[in-house]
Amino acid sequence: MSGRTLRRSARATAPSLDPRSVAETVVDPELPVLTLADLGVLRDVRREDDGTVVVEITPTYSGCPAMGVMRADLVHALHEAGFDRTDVRTVLSPAWTTDWITAEGRRKLAQAGIAPPGPAPERAPGPVPLELGPSRRSAACPLCGSADTEEVSEFGATACTALRRCRQCQEPFEHVKEL
Amino acid sequence: MHEETVYDALTAAHGDEARWAFGTGFDDPLAGVDTTIPEGVDPADLGGYCLMLGDDALVLSQRLTEWVTRAPELEEEVAMANIALDLLGQARLLLSRAGSAGVLGRSRERAGPGVPDEDALAYFRDAAEFRCSALVTAPDGDFAHALVRLLVASTWRLALAVRLRGSRDPVLAAIAAKAVPELTYHRDHAARWVLRLGDGTALSHRRAQDAADAVWPRTEGLFTATDVERRLAGAGVGVDPAELRDEVRDVLTRVLARAGLLLPPWPADAPPRGRAGEHGPELAPLLDRLQVVARAHPGGTW
Repeated sequence: MSGRTLRRSARATAPSLDPRSVAETVVDPELPVLTLADLGVLRDVRREDDGTVVVEITPTYSGCPAMGVMRADLVHALHEAGFDRTDVRTVLSPAWTTDWITAEGRRKLAQAGIAPPGPAPERAPGPVPLELGPSRRSAACPLCGSADTEEVSEFGATACTALRRCRQCQEPFEHVKEL
Repeated sequence: MHEETVYDALTAAHGDEARWAFGTGFDDPLAGVDTTIPEGVDPADLGGYCLMLGDDALVLSQRLTEWVTRAPELEEEVAMANIALDLLGQARLLLSRAGSAGVLGRSRERAGPGVPDEDALAYFRDAAEFRCSALVTAPDGDFAHALVRLLVASTWRLALAVRLRGSRDPVLAAIAAKAVPELTYHRDHAARWVLRLGDGTALSHRRAQDAADAVWPRTEGLFTATDVERRLAGAGVGVDPAELRDEVRDVLTRVLARAGLLLPPWPADAPPRGRAGEHGPELAPLLDRLQVVARAHPGGTW
């Protein structure tokens, strides 16, 4: 899946591109409309003195099954661009939040029919208050724009999405839930 | 590359084998993370602690996965699979941390070379080597049991993770910080289901009450520290579970009251037998299903 979404460029003998701009073209295996940069998963790209390109990525959820694929796609894209020495590292802290999805990422999500997340809940230091009422999340329908939508399920086809339905146009849609 | 058929395209060698299935792309979830043990901390204690917390997550994940194809509605099946995946992710990180602290026991030699630490620990330990609590090993049977148990387990785990964010071990602190928002979703989801069942029909109410009555005795030992937990709490790395008692009981009392369910008696504090590897007979068959493929084909990939 993910391999096909890579940008295939002719392999250069010497890297002429900036490694960051190469890494920024790699897309998310589960939401291929977004790049890892749009998603806020790509935390850092830098070149060490010995020429090694160090890339730092962070998982969206602890169980994100796509980390291995992201790693392989990054290494592959950098190799294609002529960067032979790469080191893709995982960073766990600070933990990813949907607030890191860029404005461009949100625009692409909406365009793909997926409602972008609202602001993430505040992370206070103490105990997490119990939320017994119906979820207070809201999302406008990405298809018709109506605000009159309801949550069908807090858990969707991927870890980061909830299922919603528009009461106006009746269409179901996915919503990237706030984290 | 222009393969003739889809099958050719799938089987052609591309030199990037991780592209096809998540099954072959798994690698160390702590790759590149600095896993130095903080000064003054016994690696055996830290590793043992990560095993307890990792095993809780792994076994509960497996119990939730058993509902896939069996849940009463499709959305709930997806939810249970999602929650199981979050817990599996937490388990991978914690078991890797245990491995990086050198706590592998005999699983390393049984697994053989090339098997990552997390897999050696998950697939090549027998029941008596697992450190999970009795709460997570209990078989479900009824759907209400699955949700009541998830409520209790995620309430306990969330209270713990909130505190572990301040651990002196930066890896454990990061794993906990990542888990907090996930566990919040799990707990609140389970709580809403318990309200729906407890405050639903006479039948759903009775089954929710039966579930609570069955789950409550399983909390025995959850608030009693092992020696490892006591030492790590003293070192600022772990948490004494006795510290969680009031908060966990308060949350559960409120949910059951709102659901119209009778609060079963809390079991007296007792040594946590599961943390010492003493489990009921239900754990071994669960592990058989979890481990059979890895043990039949050690080091295999697909």
